Amino acid sequence: MAMEMRLPVACKPLSERLGQDTKKHLVVPGDTITMDTGFMQGHGMHMEEEKLIVSVAGSLICVKALKPRYIGEAGDIVVGRITEVQQKRWKVETNSGLDSVLLFSPMNLPGGELKRRSTEDELAMTGFLQEGDLIGAEVQAVFSDGAVSLHTRSLKYGKLGQGVLVQVSPSLVKRQKIHFHDLPCGASIYPTPEHKEEEAGGFTANLEPVSLADGEVISWLRNCIISLVTQRTMLYDTSILYCYEASLPRQIKDILKPEIMEEIVMETRQRLLEQEGEGGTPEGQDCGPCRSEDCDVWSPYVAQ
Amino acid sequence: MRDGGRKASVSMGEVGKRHSYIVMGPLEDLRVDGRGCEDYRCVEVETDVVSNTSGSARVKLGHTDILVGVKAEMGTPKLEKPNEGYLEFFVDCSANATPEFEGRGGDDLGTEIANTLYRIFNNKSSVDLKTLCISPREHCWVLYVDVLLLECGGNLFDAISIAVKAALFNTSIPRVRVLEDEEGSKDIELSDDPYDCIRLSVENVPCIVTLCKIGYRHVVDATLQEEACSLASLLVSVTSKGVVTCMRKVGKGSLDPESIFEMMETGKRVGKVLHASLQSVLHKEESLGPKRQKVGFLG
Repeated sequence: MAMEMRLPVACKPLSERLGQDTKKHLVVPGDTITMDTGFMQGHGMHMEEEKLIVSVAGSLICVKALKPRYIGEAGDIVVGRITEVQQKRWKVETNSGLDSVLLFSPMNLPGGELKRRSTEDELAMTGFLQEGDLIGAEVQAVFSDGAVSLHTRSLKYGKLGQGVLVQVSPSLVKRQKIHFHDLPCGASIYPTPEHKEEEAGGFTANLEPVSLADGEVISWLRNCIISLVTQRTMLYDTSILYCYEASLPRQIKDILKPEIMEEIVMETRQRLLEQEGEGGTPEGQDCGPCRSEDCDVWSPYVAQ
Repeated sequence: MRDGGRKASVSMGEVGKRHSYIVMGPLEDLRVDGRGCEDYRCVEVETDVVSNTSGSARVKLGHTDILVGVKAEMGTPKLEKPNEGYLEFFVDCSANATPEFEGRGGDDLGTEIANTLYRIFNNKSSVDLKTLCISPREHCWVLYVDVLLLECGGNLFDAISIAVKAALFNTSIPRVRVLEDEEGSKDIELSDDPYDCIRLSVENVPCIVTLCKIGYRHVVDATLQEEACSLASLLVSVTSKGVVTCMRKVGKGSLDPESIFEMMETGKRVGKVLHASLQSVLHKEESLGPKRQKVGFLG
């Protein structure tokens, strides 16, 4: 058995560790940001009397929420948990401001057929997904109040089986074109506002026990993701893969120790830096926090 | 628990709890975070974190954060034990720990933990209460032990017992003298030297080891998710020599006698290692002296 007790160590602030000199200030709702006329209004603030004056192009101020919620967009793939079964739909919880909705009709049934709506079908639907089930789905539309409507029209969506769900802040998940990743190490990852690593997907959940080797890989990845999140690093397939490779020489349970976590994430960042070069926004990608293609503060691997 | 900030939280598939991923892991000695069934998460202990107490300690076990403060005050001995002082426990489950503790939600859990602490200390050898006596039947020291739950991340009892032991180790009680003059009236004189104190011996103070039954195996130091999958747990209170002072079963499920015996043996084994680690950390901290850098709450 392993037992480790230690004295606490003061951790250095993140900006010092990264060697950045960007200044950040903490604001709460109601604070005045600036009275300076040289700034342009950005996301997360509004103008009130003379407090923020919109003027010609200057610096952009961005206000980022400390604990952001997921804001849906059509085409996103999400992982959610069924919270309620209603008359014609399921309510799904996806860590956004409001519950998402999955309608009965565009469901993918076992066998891959899309069934047309009728009353017997609706009654039968309640048997497919129950409260507490985990599903993968795609965002169909976003309502005006921000609620999201989901669908599972293709075979790759549906009930998720054995595996581990890791919930992370939505600001750390990079938007990408392909969302289902089958990593070389064998597990599949669905980067969405909630992360999931698992062995089997499909409509009926696979409840067979997971083998030891697979279980180890899943635990490894889970710990890697948690260490990336604790060190505020953007999550996408490359960063997770590099982190996994950097952590291989160590034992699974050691990854979560503070000093080893720092080491592994530093190594990951180093590799990502070498791979992507320095500064600026690469083509075709937008900044995670403010979704602008010309963001000056964009960084591929640090969420601020 | 849901956290948008620096932490990532983990959920388990609720489909078929008996077959879920968390239940199958311990069979192969591999839990979700890679630990074995008898491995603890990393523990951080720091004493002397609260300045206006006689002794204090803060323990972080994974996401569980406990703060214990001990205040020594003068009181009257209990009638049935005139030569001894005593300990009083009070547990406060802060609403910051988890939303379930909002309002009066944490009171039940707080009372349960306090009652468990009373039970494990309710024997002659845990703390030498005679050292707390000032003058028999008249004055004694009462140690008020206040436990504050700052954050709830599973395995509360273990973390609390470690924190209580560390706080008692850190406690220094001022040395007093009883002066009796010719008329027979007694006066209590406090020593002038602020460093002239009595330290308690915590050699026999027990620690609690919680063993949760998950599926067919039992695990030590369960996270919140593992506790949700566990139907029954056994709390074993063990001293540093491996002596069991008290045992309690919690949970709705049943345990058969063989499991209980196995879990108790595991508890004794794990408890001895726990005590040894705690002793070495506390001595190491003390050896750094008064000039050590205190991390406290802003580190």
